[in-house]
Amino acid sequence: MDHGPAAKLGKDNASEWKAKLGVKLFFVYWAVYSGFIIINTVNPKLMGTRIILGQNLAVTYGMGLIILAIVMGLIYNKLCTRKEDELNKPESAAKGGE
Amino acid sequence: MHYQASPLAIILFVAFVGFVLGLSFFYARKAKSVDGYFAAGGSIHWYVNGIAFAGDYLSAASFLGICGMIAFAGYDGFLYSIGYLAGWVVALFVVAEPMKRLGKYTFTDALDAKFNSKGIQFMAAMSTLVVSLCYLIPQMVGAGVLVTPLLGLDHAWGVIMVGVIVTVIVATAGMTSTTYVQFLKGGMLIIFSTILCISIFYKGLSLIPHEGYHKFETIKVSAVGANSVKLANSSYKFLDKQNGFVKLQKDNIASWWCLSKKDGKDVLEECPSKTITADKKVLYNGAPKKDKRFYQVGHMSKIIVDGKEVAKTGPLGPFKFLKVIDDSEIVRFKENKFAYNGDKVTVWSPNITSGKSIMRPGLKFKVDNGANWWSRLDFISLMLALFFGTSALPHILIRYYTVPSQRDARKSTIVAIIAIGFFYILTLFMGLGAMVSGVLDLNSSNMSAVLLAKQFGILLFSIISAVAFSTVLGTVSGLIVAASGAVAHDLMDNFLGVDFTDKGKVRAGKIAAIVTGVIAIVLGIIFKGVNVAFLVGWAFAVAASANLPAILMLLFWKKTTAKGIALSIYVGMFSALTIIMLSPKMWKQFDFAGTAPLPIDNPGIISIPLAFITLIIVSLLTQKDNAKLEENAA
Repeated sequence: MDHGPAAKLGKDNASEWKAKLGVKLFFVYWAVYSGFIIINTVNPKLMGTRIILGQNLAVTYGMGLIILAIVMGLIYNKLCTRKEDELNKPESAAKGGE
Repeated sequence: MHYQASPLAIILFVAFVGFVLGLSFFYARKAKSVDGYFAAGGSIHWYVNGIAFAGDYLSAASFLGICGMIAFAGYDGFLYSIGYLAGWVVALFVVAEPMKRLGKYTFTDALDAKFNSKGIQFMAAMSTLVVSLCYLIPQMVGAGVLVTPLLGLDHAWGVIMVGVIVTVIVATAGMTSTTYVQFLKGGMLIIFSTILCISIFYKGLSLIPHEGYHKFETIKVSAVGANSVKLANSSYKFLDKQNGFVKLQKDNIASWWCLSKKDGKDVLEECPSKTITADKKVLYNGAPKKDKRFYQVGHMSKIIVDGKEVAKTGPLGPFKFLKVIDDSEIVRFKENKFAYNGDKVTVWSPNITSGKSIMRPGLKFKVDNGANWWSRLDFISLMLALFFGTSALPHILIRYYTVPSQRDARKSTIVAIIAIGFFYILTLFMGLGAMVSGVLDLNSSNMSAVLLAKQFGILLFSIISAVAFSTVLGTVSGLIVAASGAVAHDLMDNFLGVDFTDKGKVRAGKIAAIVTGVIAIVLGIIFKGVNVAFLVGWAFAVAASANLPAILMLLFWKKTTAKGIALSIYVGMFSALTIIMLSPKMWKQFDFAGTAPLPIDNPGIISIPLAFITLIIVSLLTQKDNAKLEENAA
C-alpha cells in the first residue's frame, strides 16, 4: 500500500472543528443556490425584476452567488486559520498527548 | 466565415509553446521521484497552486463555450458560469482538506485510505479514466476548432499538434511542468479577458457595430402567393418559396430570404444561409467560402439610454452596460434547417429580441415559454451536476497533493475561487459584447470571444488566440496527469500489485501519459464536429454521480464500507452514462430515428441519488467488513 500524503503533514487538532464549520457553511450556500434554481425553474419571469443599480434579479442573484462564494471562502479561511493557530500551538499539541 | 491566419498569433503561440517546453525540460530533473512526478513533490506555493487550479479548470468549454453560449442565448449561458463556480464551494468547505489529509497522488488514495480495497482501487481508477476521457475529447476537439481558422491547419493536424505538445510537457516533468503551464495560462486568461472587457466598456454600444458591418437588405413585396412572391424590386429574380423562406437570384448567385412584415406590409429580409449541396459542396450565402459572402453578424436594433433612444452610447461602466442592454433590443439570428432538392439548407432568420428576455433565463433552457415538467427537471439536473461535479473531477482533486499542507490546500482553493469567480463574471460581458458587436460566426459559437478580440486590433486578437490555445494545453495536461496516475499508481501499483521501483513507477506514469495522449489524439479526430460544451456536460455528470457520493459518505458516514463505495461508483457512472446515451440530445446528435427513450439530457437528478442509495444499502448490508477492519486495526 502506498497511501498517505506526498508531503509530511503534522497533526491538525483543528480538523474536526473545521469540518463542522465547513459543513455548516456548505448548507448555507446550498440553501442560497437552491433558491436561485427554484426561482429560475418555477417563476423565471421574476428574474426580470429590477433590484439594484439598474440590474435585474437574474444578474444580481447570479453575480451575488459568485461574490458570496468568495466572501464565505475568505471568512472560512480566517476562522480556520485562527482556530489552527489556537489549537496547534506546540504546547497545546503536547497537552493533546500526540 | 472565412478566416485568415494571423502571423502574430502564430508567433505568440509558438513563443508560448517554446517557453512551456523549455520549462518542462528544466523541471524534468525534479520529476525523477514518484512524489516529484505525480505531485510536484508537494512543494508548490498555495498562491501558484490557486492560479494553477484556475488554469486547470477554465477549459476551452469555459472560455470558448460559455462566451459563445452567452453571445447566442444571453443569460442562459451565464447560468453555466454560476453553476461551475458554485461547485467550488463544495470543494472548499467539504472536500479540500480531507482530500489533502487522506490522499497521496490520486483521489483513489483518499477513498481507499481506510480500506485497502481492490474494489475501490479498480472502480475509482475506472471512474478517473472515464471522466478524464469525457473531458479530454472536447478539449482536443476544441484544439482542432481553434487551429483550423487561426493557424490555417486541418482539424486533425491541430489535434495532433496539441496532443504531442501536451504529451511532451507531461512526460518530461509530470505535475511540476503541468502546474506552471496552468499557472501561466490561468494568469494570462484572466489578465487578457479583463483587458478585453475594458475595451468593450470603452467602445460602448452602437446601432452600427463597426464600419465594415454588412447592411442587411429588405425588399418590398407586392404580392404573396402560396408558392410564389412578386417583388417590387426587379434587380432580384424569384426562384422558389419553401418553408416560409424565399429563394432569389442576382448576378447568378442564389440566396435565401425570410418573408416577414414591416409596418403591416410584406417584405423579404436578407438572411445568412449555408447550403450543403447533394454533391457535398458547401455554399455560404450562395457562394463558396473563399468568396467571403458569409458575413459576421450581431447588432442592436434599438438602444435606450436612460429612457431615450440613441444611435450610440459612448463609453459605459459595467453596470450601465448591462442596464442599457436590458432596456434595448438586439437582433439575434434563429437557425432554421430544411431539405431542398437534395440540398441541406440552413437559414438564419433575424429575430428582434428584447434585452429583458436576453438578460433573464429562458432563451436556451425551457423553463419559461414552452416549458414542461421534464424540461424543468432537466434544468435542475444540469444545475445539480455543475454544483456537485466540480469537486469530484479527478484532475482538479490531484492538485490538492501538490501543496505542502492542509492550510495551503484551503488557501489555494480560495485563490482559485477568487480567480475563477472573477473570470466567470467577465464571461457575461464578453458574451454580451460579442452578441452586439457584429462579430458572430453563425456557423460556430465557440469562436465568439476570439472574434470579439479581433475588433480591438490584431495585437489583442493574436494574444487572445494564443491564450485560447494555451487554455487547451493547460487543461489537457492536467487531464493526462490524472489519467496517468490512475493507470500507473491506482491500477498497476495498487490494484495489480506490480512491484515497482521508484524509477519504474515514474517510467510507467510517463508511458501511461504517452498512451493517454495518443488515445486523446485519436478521439479528438473521431469526434470532430461534436459540440464542445455537450461533452464537458458528460464529464461533470459522471463525476458528480460516480465520485461525489463516495467522497461525501466516506467523510461523513461512519458506516460506509469499501463495497458500498465501489458499487456506488459503478452505479453512479453506469447510470449517468446510460441516461446520456438514451437522451434526446444524443438522439439528435447522431440522427437516430424516432424519439429518444428518455425525456431528459442531464442525468444528475437520477444518477446522483441512485449512487447515494446504492452506497447506503450496500454499506448497511456489509457492516461485517467494517467490523473485521476494526478488529485487524486493533
